[in-house]
Amino acid sequence: MGYALNFNLIWRHFDKLWGGLLLSLELAVISIAIGTVIGLVLAVWYVSAGRVVRAIIAAYVEFIRNVPLILLVYLVFYGVPTVVDLAYSAPTSFVLTLSVYSGAYLVEVFRSGLEAVPRGQLDAGKAIGLTPWQRLIHVRLPTMLRITLPALSNTFISLFKDTSIASVISVPELTFGAQWINFNTFRIVEVYLVTTAMYLVTGYILLFGLRLVERRFRAAR
Amino acid sequence: MASQILYALPFLAKGFALTLWVSLLVVTLSLVAGVLLGVGLVYGPAPLRWAVRIFSDTIRGIPILVLMFFVYYGLPAVGLHLPSFWAAVLALTLFKTAQVIEYLRGAVASIPKGQSEAAMAIGLTFRQRLTSVIFPQAFRRFLPPWINGVTDAVKGSALVSLLGITDLMQAINQVIGRTYEAMPLYILGALIYFAVNYALSLASRRLERRFAFIRE
Repeated sequence: MGYALNFNLIWRHFDKLWGGLLLSLELAVISIAIGTVIGLVLAVWYVSAGRVVRAIIAAYVEFIRNVPLILLVYLVFYGVPTVVDLAYSAPTSFVLTLSVYSGAYLVEVFRSGLEAVPRGQLDAGKAIGLTPWQRLIHVRLPTMLRITLPALSNTFISLFKDTSIASVISVPELTFGAQWINFNTFRIVEVYLVTTAMYLVTGYILLFGLRLVERRFRAAR
Repeated sequence: MASQILYALPFLAKGFALTLWVSLLVVTLSLVAGVLLGVGLVYGPAPLRWAVRIFSDTIRGIPILVLMFFVYYGLPAVGLHLPSFWAAVLALTLFKTAQVIEYLRGAVASIPKGQSEAAMAIGLTFRQRLTSVIFPQAFRRFLPPWINGVTDAVKGSALVSLLGITDLMQAINQVIGRTYEAMPLYILGALIYFAVNYALSLASRRLERRFAFIRE
């Protein structure tokens, strides 16, 4: 085990990791934002839709959830442009993929939240004369959000970690930066120790922030 | 196009067999390691509990891909030479073990404390309490999420393609490299993964419903 740790080369190339982390976060935030919109719209649609629409939404959710993300990333980046006349960069391609991917997971989270909203709340909304739209905005969605926040936090953090898959199509995010340093300096153990720490710290900061939001909403109950 | 894909089918089948083999190894090894460490986390002495907690939280806090590169490139650097296949299996097993630890902890925690106390009151030893009282009940709560998690292992196994191991994912990429039929092959691959994982998640749902009925 004659391995002497030497972090000098890591610090010299730290911009690769730091810039990578920022790009990881950017990819995650944009994809999660789009995915949340997809998830919310489809979940609300699902709970009030007929059998056909439900089957289509369920097919989307089940398909995405049962296929490896790496395959979806390849499919969108290398496959789709061969059949459709579209050109997009690797980061755009990944954001597209992760948005559709996160949408499928978030439909499930929101759908189970919507179904957990107590029936009495909706009846009460009806009783005080709210329109269906008002009941959705002022009763269903706020209650659903409160119920789903813990599951939502976990999904968000897991999606942030999934951005590491972007490295397979050479998007220069954190994992790609780590690989670059690995191959160019051979300070292998050091670079992955630092990368691990960066993912962990970022993940825990995200978790801490999301827990604060959860606590705030719980207090408002 | 169709003939080229037909021609490649035996090659893809070999890759698929490797995907199943990797998944099976990872699932089995992580089940053993995860249950042992999970019992350590729930019942072990404080230093063991902390060690397992740190292991689980660290592993679950980083992307599998980073863990895999760390193991694959890191082990030879410190003088441990594993064939790439076993390095990949080790990395995926570490990841899955952390999940199994959490399933086990959750399942045991869901058993009311009174069960343990009652078992103690009638004079059962620690081992008897575990094997005759806690585990039979915790098993029902452990099984559905665990089977559901098997799909994660199958999906995660696609990452071994990045280490030059010819699993289904890598076989697909290689056939595309020869035929340039990217879209049909990726869709075929997606359907194969989907078929396996969907069957697993259906099984998990069925079990969950069945055990929900038994629940007191």
